[in-house]
Amino acid sequence: MMNVPVLVFASYADAFGARTVDVPVPLPCTVADVVSAMRALPGGHRLPGHVLVAVNHAYAKPGTAVDHGDEVALIPPVAGG
Amino acid sequence: MTSPERGALVEIVGSAIDLHRLVAHVQHDGIGAIATFLGTVRDLNDGRHVTGIDYEAYQPMAEAEMRAIAAELGVQWEGLSVAMVHRVGTLAVGDVSVAIACAHARRAPAADAMRTAIEALKVRVPIWKREHYVDGEWTWVDPTLRAVAP
Repeated sequence: MMNVPVLVFASYADAFGARTVDVPVPLPCTVADVVSAMRALPGGHRLPGHVLVAVNHAYAKPGTAVDHGDEVALIPPVAGG
Repeated sequence: MTSPERGALVEIVGSAIDLHRLVAHVQHDGIGAIATFLGTVRDLNDGRHVTGIDYEAYQPMAEAEMRAIAAELGVQWEGLSVAMVHRVGTLAVGDVSVAIACAHARRAPAADAMRTAIEALKVRVPIWKREHYVDGEWTWVDPTLRAVAP
């Protein structure tokens, strides 16, 4: 197991009480693995059923690979403008 | 005079947006129309009186998404020049939160691209807003919860 730092923003940052969450996952893994692990962490129950994730500043799919050095972020529903 | 080959101006900023800087960026001798858009903080949202909005962005990804939008617009309307700037931080009612300038040889592509740009920004660019209300409450705005988009 490794701890992957995952960036969280806005309402998700409120849910976890932090702006970065260390998520224990075996590497390499997938985006879906990261989200599953986050749901088990304190505050993770506040995540909605479907969560958007970005890897290295691009929207990722559940099957997108996550490995050492990747920048992973959970993206709440966007509301710019 | 500036070169039409100049890349898009795309920024997340922490202070007041100067529309003239966007216009100056897209302006060159080959264009005949500049369509601009300013988004401002409204005092009423979903029936609640708004006193201000905190904007937050995932800056590197937000700028990457805005660059991608600008590139897509440039494919759709050849010769288009684009500038998109979004502000973050605490904004008061009336403050400008986002500015877009699209320049083209012709007015229809300039106007259509500007409209397409703001619509794409609102659904793709990782920016969030926390609205503060006159009663002291606040909430993160989630457009996906609305039955009908505004």
